Amino acid sequence: MSDNRRVRGLVRKEFLQILRDPSSIAIAFLMPVFLLLLFGYGLSLDAEHVPLAVVVEKPSAETARFTGMLQQSRYFSPKDFASMRDAELALRTHEVDGIVHLRASFAADLKAQRESGIQVIVNGVDANTARMVQGYLGSVWALWLEQRLQATGQAPVVSIDHRIWYNTAVSSRNYLVPGLIAVIMTLIGALLTALVMAREWERGTMEALMVTPVSMREVLLGKLIPYFVLGMGGMVLSVAMALWLFHVPLRGSAVVLFASAAIFLLAALGMGLAISITARNQFVAGLAAIITTFLPAFMLSGFIFDIASAPVAVQAVTYLVAARYFIAIIQTIFLAGNIWPVILPNAAALLAMAGVFLGIVVARSRKRLD
Amino acid sequence: MLRRILALATKEFLAILKDPRSRAVVIVPPIIQTLVFGYAATFDLNHVAYAVYDADRSAISRELVERFRGSPVFLENKMIAAAGDIAPTVDRREALLVVRLDPGFERNILAGRSGQVQLIIDGRNSNTALIVLNYAREVINGFAMSRQPDQTLPGQPVVRAWFNPNLESRWFIVPGIIGILTLLVTMMVTALSVAREREQGTFDQLLVTPLRPLDILLGKSLPGLAIGFVEATVMVLIVTLWFGVPLRGSPWTLYIGLAAFLSSAIGIGLMISSLSVTMQQGLLGAFLFMVPAILLSGFATPVANMPEWMQTLTLTNPLRYFMVILRGVFVEGASLRVLWPQIWPMLLIGSLTLVAAGRLFRRRLY
Amino acid sequence: MPLSDVAVPPASDVVLSAQGLTRRFATDTGLSTALDAVDIEVRRGQVTGLIGPDGAGKTTFMRLACGLLRADAGTLTVLGMDVATEPQSVQAEVRYMPQRFGLYEDLSVAENLALYADLQGLSPAGRPARYGELMQMTGLAPFMARLAGRLSGGMKQKLGVACALLKPPRLLLLDEPTVGVDPVSRRELWAIVDRMVQDTGTTVLVSTAYLDEAERCAEVIVLHEGRVIGTGKPGSFSAGLAGRTFLVAAPGVQRRALATSLQASAKILDAVIQGDQVRIITATADIPTTATLGLAASSTISPVAPRFEDGFVVHIKESRGPHAGVVDLAMRPVAGGREVVIRTENLERRFGDFHAVRELDLAVRRGEVFGLLGANGAGKSTTFRMLCGLLPPSGGHIEVAGVDLRTAPAEARARIGYMAQRFSLYGNLTVRENLRFFASAYGLSGALRTERIDWALAQFELADHAEAGSESLPLGFKQRLAMAAALMHEPEILFLDEPTSGVDPLARRDFWQRINALAGAGVTVLVTTHFMEEAEYCDRLAIMAAGRVLALGTPAEIKAQTADETGPASSLEEAFIRLATSGAEAA
Repeated sequence: MSDNRRVRGLVRKEFLQILRDPSSIAIAFLMPVFLLLLFGYGLSLDAEHVPLAVVVEKPSAETARFTGMLQQSRYFSPKDFASMRDAELALRTHEVDGIVHLRASFAADLKAQRESGIQVIVNGVDANTARMVQGYLGSVWALWLEQRLQATGQAPVVSIDHRIWYNTAVSSRNYLVPGLIAVIMTLIGALLTALVMAREWERGTMEALMVTPVSMREVLLGKLIPYFVLGMGGMVLSVAMALWLFHVPLRGSAVVLFASAAIFLLAALGMGLAISITARNQFVAGLAAIITTFLPAFMLSGFIFDIASAPVAVQAVTYLVAARYFIAIIQTIFLAGNIWPVILPNAAALLAMAGVFLGIVVARSRKRLD
Repeated sequence: MLRRILALATKEFLAILKDPRSRAVVIVPPIIQTLVFGYAATFDLNHVAYAVYDADRSAISRELVERFRGSPVFLENKMIAAAGDIAPTVDRREALLVVRLDPGFERNILAGRSGQVQLIIDGRNSNTALIVLNYAREVINGFAMSRQPDQTLPGQPVVRAWFNPNLESRWFIVPGIIGILTLLVTMMVTALSVAREREQGTFDQLLVTPLRPLDILLGKSLPGLAIGFVEATVMVLIVTLWFGVPLRGSPWTLYIGLAAFLSSAIGIGLMISSLSVTMQQGLLGAFLFMVPAILLSGFATPVANMPEWMQTLTLTNPLRYFMVILRGVFVEGASLRVLWPQIWPMLLIGSLTLVAAGRLFRRRLY
Repeated sequence: MPLSDVAVPPASDVVLSAQGLTRRFATDTGLSTALDAVDIEVRRGQVTGLIGPDGAGKTTFMRLACGLLRADAGTLTVLGMDVATEPQSVQAEVRYMPQRFGLYEDLSVAENLALYADLQGLSPAGRPARYGELMQMTGLAPFMARLAGRLSGGMKQKLGVACALLKPPRLLLLDEPTVGVDPVSRRELWAIVDRMVQDTGTTVLVSTAYLDEAERCAEVIVLHEGRVIGTGKPGSFSAGLAGRTFLVAAPGVQRRALATSLQASAKILDAVIQGDQVRIITATADIPTTATLGLAASSTISPVAPRFEDGFVVHIKESRGPHAGVVDLAMRPVAGGREVVIRTENLERRFGDFHAVRELDLAVRRGEVFGLLGANGAGKSTTFRMLCGLLPPSGGHIEVAGVDLRTAPAEARARIGYMAQRFSLYGNLTVRENLRFFASAYGLSGALRTERIDWALAQFELADHAEAGSESLPLGFKQRLAMAAALMHEPEILFLDEPTSGVDPLARRDFWQRINALAGAGVTVLVTTHFMEEAEYCDRLAIMAAGRVLALGTPAEIKAQTADETGPASSLEEAFIRLATSGAEAA
């Protein structure tokens, strides 16, 4: 029973310290709010009002109908240019991102020729945006064509009816914000533990703790419990912001979401503890925490870049990134629902990671300084 | 005076290169990261898993399905037998795309009506969803053209992409990685330099020498500048030779941009450093600056997609400008004149932060 | 000289016993040995002192004894248990107070006590009584709600002891509990420890770098460079020196010059200033006379009882072989008369509502060695940093070499040299690289720079280590290197912040000889120290406490100022205690 009292004493001490020194509260609560606000608004892959140069060589009713449709689309803000030369200059200076060129033969071509009288040039540097522009233009064109065909009583060979499930508005925020929660919490989990352990070492109090009858397991529990509570607090705040500020739909159950978040947090805190215990030098611990959390969580987790398209070797690396599993879970719970075939294997992977990290922590943390 | 600054810079170099910790951060990770992230960070899709639910089971429906099989982008995962299996397939992420052909597809086409194709796309990642939709549309359009050789209707608009004809997103992303990692390395070198001396207690020693704050500033900037240049050069070589991204513009333009970028990164790093008492604090400060700087630089998501107020906010982010320069020089072959609007703001940020760092040197000393 | 105790008590009395204990640490340049086949025994129910300078292996031994480190070789038994195999059981019975007292500074006194009570498994019922007892003993009762970080150094030290004593241990390990603490608190701590040993029969092992504290222990173990160089009763160390220690007084001769000339004599092993006289240890048992020492006839030589430090110094000197003699720096004399070169008027520094320094008036003349004396937190370092222009004062006026260094042009700083606390050097640079950097930073170049580097390597006995990384140097070498670096540009004024903390008595003797040489060449030296006996070496000094100057003058003047019914204070430490207690009574 005295076992319990020691852990309780340590937890109470940690909470008192947290209350006295606002920096860990700042890391646990303010940082997620701040980063989520910044990135929730700042990160978007939805190109809207793309500036587009429109060059109409010979205006007619046909061209007017086409440009009218461009005007109505929320994706474009077309600007008229008198000549291709002006339009190309504008493209080169990034004034516009694409050119729609309706040749003089536009109307004639429609009737007589296979080749289209419409030419589109995009700035291909940002290939992703360029492809979006291309896709949006394709839809405008298809719509325009359909209306024309209906007017002449013809039908296209194939009509495509597309359904984008889970995210009918095709808003990138709906999947970026849940992903951000995972990236941010990875960071916070590792920072909290790495920095807090650092403090204990630097002030020489770890040495004093170690020579009391307390066991290392109790010391670790005494750290893990408060920061787990703190991390879950940050998690609840982030989810609340996702729901009510960014209006991301939550289709699965909140219970499942927080349960998997808890497992993920264990893995993130475990990683932080493992780092700070393995690298006894606290500066190295901080450095390792930063190098191994942020950029991998950003680049290798499927947060923004699709992992499936990477070469196999790089994909193999991504299996080491805890955020990868949590992103799969959190995106699914938010947008699709409680889909167990997705949630369970990823949660199992997270649990295994948490187990490995905490195992390393227990194995490496002896009550010794060497 | 110059000799004293050089002596200080030499000492800084020795201190960085002899410290295994700094060596470990500065030399190996950037190269590994360039390679790993270079492969991982792409918006291009390949091996898109898709499934087919062909309820028509006709010659024409099979013809369409064959077209998907022939596409290099798509990888067939399974044929779905019952309509009820479609939802679980997508839910479980077994297929990003389901092509659904209902009975009557062939009959409609033969009768001169439109054949209905339904594309069901997993929208959990909306960006991927849109790309998949475009790819699928291209495949289906190709099929439609082939069905109507004598059709009087025009084809799709001809799209030409300047600078990047195959729309490889790697050309966009990989040069950006140079910016991110250069920032990382430079910040690590500079943000810790004053803090390291504070922690070791040598900074006081430095301040009582006849070196002026400006001299200390310059002496501490030179290693960051040199290391930044060398690292960036290595990464430029990897990007061009290994990833095959064209370097169309003049290297001079690139290096002028790099110099301006480094000046601003060093300024910010030294400012953070002079505010911190321990290396731990310097590290945290550098990190808290870098996370938003990287995410809001236009590296992965375009600055133009941000709300207006945030676009204004990014004007203070040097990496935002350097991203434009990197992509401009690499892919567009942009000239110095075109890129000048990106260069002077970085120089401005650099000089303001360096002045601030110099003033802060003498302040935070207790 | 044999250093061993004759009477060996029965083995059952031994609480802690180490045999052949060895511990090495990996460094950049290979393995360094912190403890080298050490045999130690600590006996029940008394205070044993573990004595030696920094780097002697004291802390390593303490950590080994409580199971925080594992030995590379040898055995270590504590309370009958093998520490290597049963650290947990040892830790249940032993309390250890690490160097920085192991307190959570952002918790209050009561919260610290509650935490350690939880960890030591003290039953909640017994707590209030035990807290009361300990708080009364330490005098901390009025401060239960205060944050530990807001306590003074002496109070922190007592709280650390109280936390370690919550559940009376069978063995108490205190690692340098008195370092940097003012003499009054030191005295109180020893009183607490003595009382506890008397009341409860607890065994205490205290490590300390203050050799004078040896006399307070029942038994001492002297460590030097990882080896035990002696064990026994404190008196036994100097017993062999009876008849070889004397005080020399030479009227009309400056005491520094006297010490230097005595040190040069082959007949004398050691000569240090003590008060107005010079304390000497002769090399042989022959009784010295003014004639054999080459002194004027008016000089007097009076025998004095040997003390612990004498035994220590002699032992090391004899084990090292003959010393090179007097250190001479080959300094070029500084021009100018004996005008005031450092002056402060009503100097004041606040941090928030805390006065670190107040109402400070100093005037130091050229060629003077001036000491700032005080415990940690007394305001020495703050004063120092203001003088060097590192910290702006909140009020008052400063003049160093005629200017305020904070606002003066950078070139003015070339006239001062500065040696920071902890011998701050660029650790991963070699000795030569450090010297070259500081020379260049002061604008030296070419042949002049080479000449000065050679001078520094020769005069500070660093030539053999010129290419060694300065991090891996022993502390005494670091101290010499730091001092050499501060002298590369031949400054007129030298600031030395805690220049001798932690180094062994011999290195301190060398250091003060160099200071004497500097002062002889007209360099003004301002030095801070918390070693009271070192203050004797200064021409004049200021004793500081809580940001104020308590006393100012020559050592003799200060002792006279604090005279009471028993006469002038016998030492500066005594003077300090009298000043502090009379100040407390007045307040």
